[in-house]
Amino acid sequence: MPDALSIQKQLVVEAPAERAFRLFTAHMTAWWPKTYHIGASPLKACVIEPHEGGRWYEITEDGQECMWGKVLAWDPPRRLVLAWQLTRAYAYDPDFVTEVEVRFTALSPTRTQVDFEHRSLERFGEGAPTQRDRMNEGWGLILTSFAATTATTPA
Amino acid sequence: MATHQSAGFAALADPTRRAVFERLARRPLSVQQIADGLPVSRPAVSQHLKVLAAAGLVAHDRDGTRRVYRVDMRGIAAMRGYLDRFWDHALAAFKAAAEKEETDA
Repeated sequence: MPDALSIQKQLVVEAPAERAFRLFTAHMTAWWPKTYHIGASPLKACVIEPHEGGRWYEITEDGQECMWGKVLAWDPPRRLVLAWQLTRAYAYDPDFVTEVEVRFTALSPTRTQVDFEHRSLERFGEGAPTQRDRMNEGWGLILTSFAATTATTPA
Repeated sequence: MATHQSAGFAALADPTRRAVFERLARRPLSVQQIADGLPVSRPAVSQHLKVLAAAGLVAHDRDGTRRVYRVDMRGIAAMRGYLDRFWDHALAAFKAAAEKEETDA
């Protein structure tokens, strides 16, 4: 069952770890599939600000910035953890976090093993359109329970 | 707060409910089995399961007269499949870019 809640990939890249890390982060625009983005106009650039807490966002051709998430761990050239904060509806939600961890291990001066994981996918259960009817039915119960457990009042 | 997207977030915001969900993510369990491992009563566990089920996060099967609860993977599985294909595509492109002549990075 844990596997069903995460995606794991492993690949070997014929490049030094420093270059692999730099390409993954500073040059994400060079490899990120162009059609996978949320802005209204075409994707111009993907940006990862190079420090913990840095923003992860896209810039569209008309200059709009659209948030994707943030940097949770920044340890070049070994490890990167990003928060993917786009819901199933591709809306940025600062309260929604799934984690993307990428580890770079030097196998030789010119070869790097990349271990990739996108985890906490159970959180995508939150916005699934097919569940909206059930969510509507459960909405009163959820709000009541949420309010009771957090001592806040549903607005 | 009142959006569909936040319904599941609310469902998992309670620490006990999150613990119930995480136990079920490891393996399917009956209400009694869940309650045995947590400092809460069986009725309280049932209430948490109702909220999780309403958010589409858990479902149950019948084993004789008792219900065995499990994580409901239907909504999650669709998104996982999509992202799995996306990352295959993206990481192949990353590998190709990393192995190109070292002129751009």
